[in-house]
Amino acid sequence: MRRGMRSAELIGLVALALVPSLAAALDQPFYVDLFTRVVIFAIAAVSLDLILGYGGMVSFGHAAYLGIGSYAVGILAFYGITNGFLQFFVAIAGAGAAALLIGFVSLRTSGVYFIMITLAFSQMIYFLCESLNQFGGDNGLNIADHSRFAGLLDLDDGTTLYYLAFACLALCLLLGRRLVESRFGMALRGIKSNARRMEALGFPTFRYRLTAFVIAGAIGGLAGALLANQTLFLSPAIMHWTRSGEIMVMVILGGMGTLFGPVLGAVAYLLLENVLSGLTAHWQAILGPLLVLLVLFSRGGILGAITAFTRRRHG
Amino acid sequence: MITLLEQLLNGLQFGVMLFLMAAGLTLIFGIMNLINLAHGSLYMIGAYVAASTFGATHSFLLSLLAAVTATAAVGIVIERLVFRTLYERDHLDQVLATFGLILFFNEMVRIIWGATALYTQVPGFLSGQVELLPGAPYPAYRLAIIAVGLLVAVLLWLLISRTRTGMLIRAGAANRTMVGALGVNVSLLYMLVFGLGAALAALSGAMAAPVFTVESGMGDDFLILSFVVIVIGGIGSIRGAFIAAVLVGVVDTTGRAFLRPLFALVMSSTAADNAGPTVASMLIYVLMATVLFFRPTGLFPTPGR
Repeated sequence: MRRGMRSAELIGLVALALVPSLAAALDQPFYVDLFTRVVIFAIAAVSLDLILGYGGMVSFGHAAYLGIGSYAVGILAFYGITNGFLQFFVAIAGAGAAALLIGFVSLRTSGVYFIMITLAFSQMIYFLCESLNQFGGDNGLNIADHSRFAGLLDLDDGTTLYYLAFACLALCLLLGRRLVESRFGMALRGIKSNARRMEALGFPTFRYRLTAFVIAGAIGGLAGALLANQTLFLSPAIMHWTRSGEIMVMVILGGMGTLFGPVLGAVAYLLLENVLSGLTAHWQAILGPLLVLLVLFSRGGILGAITAFTRRRHG
Repeated sequence: MITLLEQLLNGLQFGVMLFLMAAGLTLIFGIMNLINLAHGSLYMIGAYVAASTFGATHSFLLSLLAAVTATAAVGIVIERLVFRTLYERDHLDQVLATFGLILFFNEMVRIIWGATALYTQVPGFLSGQVELLPGAPYPAYRLAIIAVGLLVAVLLWLLISRTRTGMLIRAGAANRTMVGALGVNVSLLYMLVFGLGAALAALSGAMAAPVFTVESGMGDDFLILSFVVIVIGGIGSIRGAFIAAVLVGVVDTTGRAFLRPLFALVMSSTAADNAGPTVASMLIYVLMATVLFFRPTGLFPTPGR
């Protein structure tokens, strides 16, 4: 099963790396833009999978970190600070710091209360940003310029932005893989399946979970910084609670607790959205029931289906 | 003083509307252990049915009746089709499936009633003002909402604490498996509770229709507020839901009305203009986080969960 997963992962990453060339060959530059969005949401979904799939923490406020990351970039740019290194640092550190605070309070609760309190915190941040009238408030604000990386990267070029996002995704997958297979990751999975036993074994479960929560938040901030560079627009809508729901859907759709599954989930969800919205204005009336059917009748998501298929073929 | 009274009444009115939503949510969660994000959609459907019935018949009571029956029917259908399979699943699956239902219902009302918002009027016999104190007129319709909300709260309390059905509901909330083992028709009980929850949400939506805009997605943010209510109150507790609903309603309304002038006392007026509305919109979430920090299972935790 593991081999099936690994090869699926490799094929998937190679395919993503080839997107700009394929788009150029087909003369469809729009696909670069679409897939930049896909890759950015894949980063967010992978980070949610770290705590959701491996830590059992059903955080229903992940879009908040995306929002913090993109507001960090947008607000710095608003004041004329376009240094990308600084912007991305502030985005990641800011989202991480917010996750530290949110996690510190939220991780005292469990079950439904945890789902709801993470939601409440993301709502707080949503309303905070909505009331920032100098940065556009409810209507949003155009960002004047892309992040500048001292002449190393030119993000005005869509393909460069795509490869930056792609590199970030590959890095996150690599780091995530190392993390979940380390002692820390094993402990995290242990806490997911039986927190009380891990506590009795002497693991500081709260600190382990909080650390994972902060890492996931920080990666969410990175995705937000990239998103701000793609859309060049700042709006509280990126952290509406339905957005958190969508990121969660991507994780489940692809297969949670697999790291690469959420990437497939992001691809599938956003492509489906794109195709359906091309067919009819009422695409959500189709997408909604599809989600319900997915939950009712499939387990393990897309990656689960692929590995089951390859396992059957190899006997 | 008079504005304070007025704002407190506004808060109470908002609170009882939240209670009607939260009562259904907390019952459904308490008994079936189900997180139903689509509860906000039932509220929305109630509002749409009420608004269009009122437009066609100009009878307010008929519009309430139509909203409640139609929505209870929708509720029972989705209970049969979808939720039945979800009861034994974990909360994550429930969140996702009901999230899918929200997308579906938001789009369906757009298909049926169009993308533009519906506006409807307060019925004629409630359109006047009532003078509560000399010199303090208050809209009769809002008083009627408060009265209906309190009446439903009392009826619900009677139903749950004084009838056989209520006894089964309480027993179901404490130990579902045992209730089933004792030979109670659990499937029927679930359907009943779900229909009741849907009817209450529809009543809330129908009464909201003349006050708020009736549009697709109107239930989404109201749903989150009702979740705040049931989490503060302690999931599964009707009493907790009532107290928390009034608390949230009053805190939210008075916060929006008085925080800005209050801030102006201690800071410059431009700073107060900025900070007042910001803090006011975050206030109830701060309240919720504070409550959960000190009492991780809400104010009135149900025993046995």
